[in-house]
Amino acid sequence: MAILEMKSVSKWFGSGSSQTEVLRSVDLSLEEGEFVAIVGFSGSGKSTLMNLLAGLLSPDRGEVLFKGQKNPEPGPDRGIVFQNYSLLPWLSVYENVRLGVDQVFAQRPSAERHEMVLRYVEMVSLTPALQKKPGELSGGMRQRVSLARTLAMSPDVLLLDEPLGALDALTRAVLQDEIARIWAAERKTVLLITNDVDEALLLADRIIPLKPGPSATLGTEFPVTLERPRNRGALNHDASFKTLRNDIVGYLNRVRHERDVHEQREAGPKRELPQLQPLDLRHA
Amino acid sequence: MSATIFRFLDRVGLEAFAPVVKLIQGEDVALQMRRIAVNFGAPLLTFLLFLGAWSFASSHIMTKYGHLPSPGDVVTQAGVLWEAHVEGVRAEKAFYEAQETKIAELTAAAKIFSERGQADKAARMEELAREAKQAKFSASPSYVTQILTSLKTVFAGFIVASLIAIPIGVLCGTSPVVQAGLNPLIQIFKPVSPLAWLPIVMICVGALYTTRPEEAWFEKSFLSSALTVALCSLWPTLANTALGVASIEKDHLNVARVLKLDTWTRVRKIIIPSALPMIFAGLRISLGVGWMVLIAAEMLAQNPGLGKFVWDMFQNGSSQTLAQIMVAVFTIGIIGMGLDRIMIILQRSVSYASVSR
Repeated sequence: MAILEMKSVSKWFGSGSSQTEVLRSVDLSLEEGEFVAIVGFSGSGKSTLMNLLAGLLSPDRGEVLFKGQKNPEPGPDRGIVFQNYSLLPWLSVYENVRLGVDQVFAQRPSAERHEMVLRYVEMVSLTPALQKKPGELSGGMRQRVSLARTLAMSPDVLLLDEPLGALDALTRAVLQDEIARIWAAERKTVLLITNDVDEALLLADRIIPLKPGPSATLGTEFPVTLERPRNRGALNHDASFKTLRNDIVGYLNRVRHERDVHEQREAGPKRELPQLQPLDLRHA
Repeated sequence: MSATIFRFLDRVGLEAFAPVVKLIQGEDVALQMRRIAVNFGAPLLTFLLFLGAWSFASSHIMTKYGHLPSPGDVVTQAGVLWEAHVEGVRAEKAFYEAQETKIAELTAAAKIFSERGQADKAARMEELAREAKQAKFSASPSYVTQILTSLKTVFAGFIVASLIAIPIGVLCGTSPVVQAGLNPLIQIFKPVSPLAWLPIVMICVGALYTTRPEEAWFEKSFLSSALTVALCSLWPTLANTALGVASIEKDHLNVARVLKLDTWTRVRKIIIPSALPMIFAGLRISLGVGWMVLIAAEMLAQNPGLGKFVWDMFQNGSSQTLAQIMVAVFTIGIIGMGLDRIMIILQRSVSYASVSR
């Protein structure tokens, strides 16, 4: 049975004439223990999709099902790693992680919770920065704290909203390996939203393209059957990887082109304006 | 090491001294000298110009009490006030020492009389001793006492104001309904001058102050001054708290939602810390307003403190007292600046790095 589902979910913002539809009848189903990646261009409604799954937004049409429960409130069982880290700047790394642990494992003894925090901070290799405030950390480090905070809450589903979007290529690679390792070790259900096809191919079991918005919807899914553990270097020479990559990128470009053509048709023929420069007559 | 010094200077708002530290470390001497010239030379020059203009004015403006006091007169009068205070302290000490001696003598006498079996005389001595014990040193409060009274009053009013303003501000910031409901009242009361509040406060305190004076925790005058300060100084904190709470980042609230924090934990762990820098900015303005209001209130209500001192000196009307008023003006200014510095330090100590992501 699917652990997290979306059934023909639509979401729009605004009201009246300024209303815009962000998502249109999205169907999605995550099986337990699965790693699914959603790829799409920026501004195609990816974060809205994530917020709907986390329960931070509720759908305007259709429903989100988590373990059979309809449109559930947000909770630590669906751990979301926000695109912009969302760390509390007045708390240290330790305190940020501890806040979540205290909330979820309130009944466990304090010493045990302390151990848990240390273990997860260690997992993202941030032990030396334990007492630092987020403002003193680099973007990649903050992202890792955010990841540790979410993992420490031991969620059933891990929702990663472009977690590596703001990072440089090197840090990105390190964290990708880290996510792959954690997934292999903990076997959580993971939904990763990304704009990086290579990243999706490296990590996911299935890749679902998000057709660009407005009125974004999910496209045809691509199963990724590459052997695990996947090695970034080796993949580059793997024939099936290359084919899959080209298929996905081709698909994304095609849907974008279709969208552009559609938009142009909607907007009507472009009116050519004459190239005129007004004369300044004040000093004449 | 030097990084610590610079951070300290930054925290306490003494960035002007950073070039001095750098100069001592021998870093880019020419540049540091230029900076020191700007940081210290310019203020010094302005101050000298000010003193010059003042001296000129004092020798040319003739008031009905004589010349306008010159800077020198003001310094002299500051000394006079200080000496009066020292003298007052000495006199008080002498008074209580004499009282002690007298009580001891009377008690000893009572003992002797009771040993001799003269009970009526012994009782008389004991009664005298009791009376002596009740005598209080009375003298008009010295300048320093007035300063301390004012400081005590302003802090009392400021604390009352903060205790009212911060919770209401948090409510306003979190609930649009409360905000909409309270906003008209806030807008109406905010611009009211302390002088308008004062009579109302005095009458209300008078009506509600039914405790006998010897049992009361606070004097009536203290209460009316402090409450006037509170009424006038709670608005900046209220407005800033509401704004700070309302402008908390949505992501941080989302964190609270995902963690399913209950309301109290959310307020304590997310909302207050996030709004703290804004709250302290408000508190800083509040304390400044409170200090200004207090002096006016003390003048008008004849409540003890620096304001009363100024008014009394004005009523005395001599060239000397005019100089003492100027001493008071400088005292009020310097204390106000000191309070502001303290608030700056507090404000900076709670502000987290501006990179909030």
